[in-house]
Amino acid sequence: MREISAKKIIETVKDLCIAANTELPEDVLAALNTALKNEESPLGREILRQIIRNAAIAREEKLPLCQDTGLAVVFVELGEEVRLAGGSLAEAINEGVSRGYREGFFRKSVVADPLLRENTGDNTPAIIHTTVVPGDKFKIQLMCKGGGAENRSVIRMFKPTSTKEEIEKFILGTIEEAGPGACPPLIVGVGLGGNFETAPLLAKQALLRPLGKRHSAPDTAKWEKELLAKANRLGIGPMGLGGTTTALAVQIERRPCHISSLPAAVNIECHAHRCKEIIL
Amino acid sequence: MKSEKRNSKFEVNSNSKIKKIQPPLTDKDVAGLKAGDEVLISGKIYAARDAAHRAFGGKPPFDLKGQILFYASPTPAKPGAVIGSLGPTTSSRMDAFTPDLLKLGLKAMIGKGERSKEVVAAMKKHKAVYLVVPGGVAALLSKYIKKASVIAYPELGPEAVLELEVLDFPAIVAIDAKGNDLFAIGKQRYADQNNK
Repeated sequence: MREISAKKIIETVKDLCIAANTELPEDVLAALNTALKNEESPLGREILRQIIRNAAIAREEKLPLCQDTGLAVVFVELGEEVRLAGGSLAEAINEGVSRGYREGFFRKSVVADPLLRENTGDNTPAIIHTTVVPGDKFKIQLMCKGGGAENRSVIRMFKPTSTKEEIEKFILGTIEEAGPGACPPLIVGVGLGGNFETAPLLAKQALLRPLGKRHSAPDTAKWEKELLAKANRLGIGPMGLGGTTTALAVQIERRPCHISSLPAAVNIECHAHRCKEIIL
Repeated sequence: MKSEKRNSKFEVNSNSKIKKIQPPLTDKDVAGLKAGDEVLISGKIYAARDAAHRAFGGKPPFDLKGQILFYASPTPAKPGAVIGSLGPTTSSRMDAFTPDLLKLGLKAMIGKGERSKEVVAAMKKHKAVYLVVPGGVAALLSKYIKKASVIAYPELGPEAVLELEVLDFPAIVAIDAKGNDLFAIGKQRYADQNNK
């Protein structure tokens, strides 16, 4: 058995929170620079330039890219041969989030109850998804997910006989409905299949894939490309003020499902895509 | 209100002018702002979002006449800094509260995203404008803020009401007091009609 200390996990999660909120990933910057070259609207181009300039200031001064430093969503791949020492996984992750948000001077955006709405004061609890995998690997992927874009996400249970065109209409309709308020240019995660709880999870996992890296199945990769082109013909543009860059990427994950079902979920992500990962 | 043609931050179109505005705004100031105009705001504005709007109960604890509300709540300031990162939150969540505040003399709102028909109707009736700033550029926007202090509801934590002193804070007029809507105009201009 390989031993990993809770202390190591706390430090790692803390560092990931700080890095995610202050350093826009290179793949997102590359997509924004490509968008700047292609955007037809002068105002759209200026907004893209501001987004790129903001990323430089945030990185340089270690300032949060966005005032909404998000809910910490943590995906863990825990090797079967890994033993945690000195504390539980969830406690260690939450402690790391708490320290990261305090030491990074980030906004605490979590309330303890959806109706009572009292702030927990340290941005915990994180949302934690753990998968046990063979081997002695320990991988953490962190996404700091803002509320504005998350609010525009949708799950719908289609009929098994629903057509690809119907699904496509749903995806593009969700992007159009998300519109200006979700901070376009958007990154769109799509989850197809599984059941009622897995389709949205797949949609979120689709967002973890580096931008510009197409799905490994050629038909899905082709569809991603087509959907991106169609999304960018909606006219919504940067911040919804009109333009040809409504999305930076559409990324799809597909899974087996019940003969009666065709669950489809769209997880909307803003351009401030704060995503970092590490393998211990 | 001063206008100038140079130093455009947004280059909406070649004819657009940058208008400098300073609250309290008059009906005449508001009437001079058209959807697509760029403005530079200087002076005092107020930051308030969801929980503060609920706490107002239609009666905010400060005078809204001629004032500008910014739908925002910052990250905590680092030691020695005026403020942390600050940018707009989604305005539509404030829609239900807005007509009552416009009735009290609120003249401008800053946020991101569209507004409801009811808000636009109230803006036309009470002569007010809706301004947008890009979301997710909060580190950049914080540079235009010179002072910040909590003036109401400190118990709301990050959602307390702030008074902000800003200098040449850049924004775009998204919906003017006649109801012209840059979201609709812009989308129509760039949408491919053969898309669907």
